[in-house]
Amino acid sequence: MQRQPDHQPLIKRLLLATALMFGFGFALVPLYDVFCDLTGINGKTSTMAATADNAVVDGKRTVTIEFLARPNADMPWLFAPQTQKIVVHPGEIKLVYYEAQNPTANTMTGQAVPSVSPGQAALYFNKMECFCFNQQVLTAGQKLLMPLQFYVDPALPEQFSTITLSYTLYDMTKHAPAETVAALIPTGGNDE
Amino acid sequence: MSTVTHDHDTAHHGEHHHHAPSGLKRWLYTTNHKDIGTLYLLFALTMFFIGGAMAMVIRAELFQPGLQLVQADFFNQMTTVHGLIMVFGAVMPAFTGLANWLIPMMIGAPDMALPRMNNWSFWILPFAFAILLASLFMEGGGPGFGWTFYAPLSTKYSGDSTALFVFSVHIMGISSIMGAINVIVTIFNLRAPGMTWMKMPLFVWTWLITAYLLIAVMPVLAGTVTMVLTDKYFGTSFFDAAGGGDPVLFQHIFWFFGHPEVYIMILPAFGIVSSIVPTFARKPLFGYASMVYATSSIALLSFLVWAHHMFTTGMPVFAELFFMYCTMLIAVPTGVKVFNWVATMWKGAMTFETPMMFALAFIVLFTIGGFSGLMLAITPADFQYHDTYFVVAHFHYVLVTGAIFSILAAAYYWLPKWTGHMYDETLGQWHFWCSLISVNMLFFPMHFVGLAGMPRRIPDYALQFADFNAFISIGGFAFGLSQLLFVWVLVKCIKGGEKATNQVWEGAEGLEWTLSSPPPYHSFTTPPEVK
Repeated sequence: MQRQPDHQPLIKRLLLATALMFGFGFALVPLYDVFCDLTGINGKTSTMAATADNAVVDGKRTVTIEFLARPNADMPWLFAPQTQKIVVHPGEIKLVYYEAQNPTANTMTGQAVPSVSPGQAALYFNKMECFCFNQQVLTAGQKLLMPLQFYVDPALPEQFSTITLSYTLYDMTKHAPAETVAALIPTGGNDE
Repeated sequence: MSTVTHDHDTAHHGEHHHHAPSGLKRWLYTTNHKDIGTLYLLFALTMFFIGGAMAMVIRAELFQPGLQLVQADFFNQMTTVHGLIMVFGAVMPAFTGLANWLIPMMIGAPDMALPRMNNWSFWILPFAFAILLASLFMEGGGPGFGWTFYAPLSTKYSGDSTALFVFSVHIMGISSIMGAINVIVTIFNLRAPGMTWMKMPLFVWTWLITAYLLIAVMPVLAGTVTMVLTDKYFGTSFFDAAGGGDPVLFQHIFWFFGHPEVYIMILPAFGIVSSIVPTFARKPLFGYASMVYATSSIALLSFLVWAHHMFTTGMPVFAELFFMYCTMLIAVPTGVKVFNWVATMWKGAMTFETPMMFALAFIVLFTIGGFSGLMLAITPADFQYHDTYFVVAHFHYVLVTGAIFSILAAAYYWLPKWTGHMYDETLGQWHFWCSLISVNMLFFPMHFVGLAGMPRRIPDYALQFADFNAFISIGGFAFGLSQLLFVWVLVKCIKGGEKATNQVWEGAEGLEWTLSSPPPYHSFTTPPEVK
């Protein structure tokens, strides 16, 4: 070899690029969450209780709200909405109940995770009170009526006439103590 | 780039100015770009046959509706490992092998810039695939969640082979990144005097851009598998909704890697075809500069289209439109390339030796794959095509008749240079025609069964697809058997044959054709001068 160019600077730059891209892969996780919070595109609703800051009821318009509930495959609880579907005016505050029962012989902890479809409507679906803000503890055989109080923001774009709210109930018993779970789940409700 | 003046002594035939150990140690310790290139190529060929054998299992099971040969679980493992092996074990190492062999010879360098790292980047690969293949024999079997390892399939519903899968992907990634760094450093620092950027052969250009893509996305893949590992074993919740994560996030991160990855597997193919077509048309490549710019713009656009794999996840309309239009935009630079190849052949004095036949088949069949890609890019239509055999047809047209055909073309084209012997042209033509007919029997009808609604990755299917599937399977077996012809050609050519001249092909231009056939162990010990 006649000339021996110095490869080190270029190698260092390329290794740095590799390390940065590895970091970028992980940075996509919070970036995605922020992006989804801003745009609501993944159908996640706010985990904070909303206040009905004197929202005006839009009496001319109606929106159909459908309620779905599903225990996760590993969750033995019975879980269903009392109301399948209601028609509301945007701005109108409504209260509905979900029913959960622990049919097992043990005390268990559950956590419901909401998802709204279509995704963009999630930004306009405001929950004032929701059982999903907290974990639920049910003793063996215990039955519980769980409230959900909400209103639809009158600013909801015209194209949405039906909003589907779906809850999946997860078994959190193994994940106790609660503070570890609270660290994982950004449930603002725990601070209430 | 053609006129070359250098006084290479064709008489010294490598072997006597280096002191390499013999036998197995020669290959284990080698830092020579040709040895490592050969190792990569032979490894890729071996993996091609192992992955191919799995495809044969898949096609044998799908020969008739109902479950005959294998259990559904094992079928899933076959589709998963077939995909992983073909992508990471066959296509990518084959391109790296070609890069090792050809880049130093094409730019007038003695060897790759980082020979010891080169040895590493090859020798960790067999371990990666040994781990992956060994996982198939574990209790509960190997990975069966598809090569895309979507969460929660891979995080919640997978066996303990997932850990082995993750580590093998890590090793493959490290190997690819080391290979990419080596290619970039070689091209930047070891070009012969006068070999300016816009005189570099297109194979070198396309590989340079591919190497950048590898450095950009292989670390993201490493991150993705790491997240799967920690979600599965260490209680994190990146993709677990119960813990505040989101399974759709997995698809975003995976396809952020996955889409540039498909260009990693096709850009070097563009470089190969751009070398072969001018040789056999006996005309310089039409639109060299536009080829370089087209390749670069394809690489840049590849970062803006990932979500076209996820139209059915419930994205907002504006996002679907954005990804649809960006995807369609890629057809423009790709079209530039196809038209340039056609224009190169226009009024050329063409001959149709085996490499040219494979390159021509590449142009036609890759374009068919490109067109079905355009169809899939149309968001509303994709809702029908998604997860059907139409998708399988599409990516096998771009990867088998695209990437694999280009690799076969490259092997035939440079084999006389590498071995010093001409391959058997008659056998080569047999290999080509058998492959061409069988590959179309295999993949073309998949478009139809896909449009008719046959889902992919399913071991059983509705009765109305039976005839088509039997036909497809026959095509599959024929294609698999045809590749044995290639091994025959290869063995025959390595063992002997008509002596190849230095230039080998009448129309061939470029530095590698100024070296002897076979070339000396160290390619250019004195840098050639490129005028």
